Amino acid sequence: MTATTSYPRTPVKLPAAAPAATGGTFSPARLARRAVTGGATLLWTAIVIVPLYWVVVTSLRDRADFLSTSPLAPPADPTLANFRTVLAGDFGTYLLNSAVVTAAAVLVTVAVSLMAAFVVARGTSRWSRWYFRLFLLGLAIPLQAVIIPVYLLIIRMQLYDSLLAIILPSAAFAVPITVMILVSFLRDVPHSLFEAMQVDGAGEWKQLFALALPLTRPAIVTVVVYNGLQVWNGFLFPLILTQSNERAVLPLALTLYRGQFGIDVPATMAAVVLSTLPILLLFVLARRQLIAGLTAGFSK
Amino acid sequence: MTVARTSHRGATAWRRRTTGAAMAAPALLLFGLFGIVPLSGVVILSFTGWDGLGAISWTGAANWTSVLTDSATWDALWLTAKVMVLSWLLQTPIALALGLFQAAAGRWRALLAVLFFLPLLLSAVAVGLTWQALLDPAFGIGATPGLGWLARPLLGDPDLALYAVIFVIAWQFIPFHALLYQAGVRQIPVSLYEAAAIDGAGRGDRFWRITLPQLRYTVVTSTTLMLVGSLTYFDLIFVLSGGTGGPGTATRVLPLAMYITGFQAHDMGRASAIATILVFTGLALSLITTKWSGFTRMASQQEGS
Repeated sequence: MTATTSYPRTPVKLPAAAPAATGGTFSPARLARRAVTGGATLLWTAIVIVPLYWVVVTSLRDRADFLSTSPLAPPADPTLANFRTVLAGDFGTYLLNSAVVTAAAVLVTVAVSLMAAFVVARGTSRWSRWYFRLFLLGLAIPLQAVIIPVYLLIIRMQLYDSLLAIILPSAAFAVPITVMILVSFLRDVPHSLFEAMQVDGAGEWKQLFALALPLTRPAIVTVVVYNGLQVWNGFLFPLILTQSNERAVLPLALTLYRGQFGIDVPATMAAVVLSTLPILLLFVLARRQLIAGLTAGFSK
Repeated sequence: MTVARTSHRGATAWRRRTTGAAMAAPALLLFGLFGIVPLSGVVILSFTGWDGLGAISWTGAANWTSVLTDSATWDALWLTAKVMVLSWLLQTPIALALGLFQAAAGRWRALLAVLFFLPLLLSAVAVGLTWQALLDPAFGIGATPGLGWLARPLLGDPDLALYAVIFVIAWQFIPFHALLYQAGVRQIPVSLYEAAAIDGAGRGDRFWRITLPQLRYTVVTSTTLMLVGSLTYFDLIFVLSGGTGGPGTATRVLPLAMYITGFQAHDMGRASAIATILVFTGLALSLITTKWSGFTRMASQQEGS
């Protein structure tokens, strides 16, 4: 049982999708059904696409155009001025902060979780079962609610308003789900492989690096992508644990832009577009892993 | 010879155990420090007075009596429950329909599934800023010819704001639940449908007697995530309401009440009491929903294997 991506690679053709295969002719009932399905599909497509289209179109307008033209009309005179406005500011700093925070948090999460998952999957003692239950508890609790003690801890550790203040809690909160995904994957590795290595005299570390790591690579890609997205988009930790402009990550910076640009909506939308581009790139490069990651541990 | 071997085996066992402990320690340390310690910390802090900067003082049950007798707390709790229930009612049917749609084969369906996925990629802040501007009565979507009925202060009207917020939450999170249902639908054995077709079952029969019962674990999982998740909707509502949970207190759900009490009114003790309510509500919800399956089934399966 793989909790990760266990649905068939080639989608099962459901009877619901079989077009007029049984009857051969289009009965009125079938036509009506198709009309309803088609209409609903069109409506949902519009609900999803129109806002996204509006963001892009608006980011290409100048302010006068924004105030005078119909919102969904293509821009009369497309301009990149809004993007220049955003990039002329501290956008580079925010981008770098987000990249550093995301990379570091993901690296820490995956490193500690892989070791933890190895212990859980290979362990047979009562301790290892309790150890796993601790992380399962972490899944059942809305961790955001414990933000005040986290704030106190960060202040006492003298980390307030540093990137490390975002990295450590973000990594910690990602540990339970990451351990769970990796454990379910590691448990599918045949025990005989580990035993064979053990007979050859390989220690636990050797087994972890030479066997568990390469074999779990698909699961690791999944958790990297999933946690990367969560940390990149995270807002609560940066909001509470940092303060200065130089430490702002992108989501926090977006709210700063909102205050700074005020009613200059096109500039704000340009910032929204720019902050989303890296994720869009990830989506293009690793769509399968991203989708697998988002439902990993929950589907099944 | 035998003595040597047993002592060697003992050494190996000891080495294995210490290596295991060394591997287990980092995750335990990290999650313990920022997960488990704060979990007990929040309960302890709820019995103290702290402004977020100065010294922490013991105040006994004062925060609790004040929080529990404050009608604002109950309003926030009521709003949270409302968001929870209405979100479920709105998101579940749409996500189920989309899941069925996306699970079937077809190039168009695959393409649309990719499009439908996009809202999930955006940060809650980006989504919040977008909809805040889109729902602006003067320059938002309502200025489009034919959509004039949307040209009203949807986020500014205390009677409408909560519904607008619930809609935006649905816009962002339906794709996630649709993915869950899509994966669930694809796991239903085709043979069940073939058998039903032989028996002459109609579409309605197939849906109510095969699809839905087969998806029961997906429904429980999705429901659990929605209910527990709606306790922590913070980012989106924060941005949509400009950090106030307003207009007035129209969208001030528990997490916002906690944030505003703690970090704007600088009353961390009271905020911790609200946070404690959140933690225990979440825990109770998880336990109740997993009572009939879901996580426990999954967890026990994994533990047993």
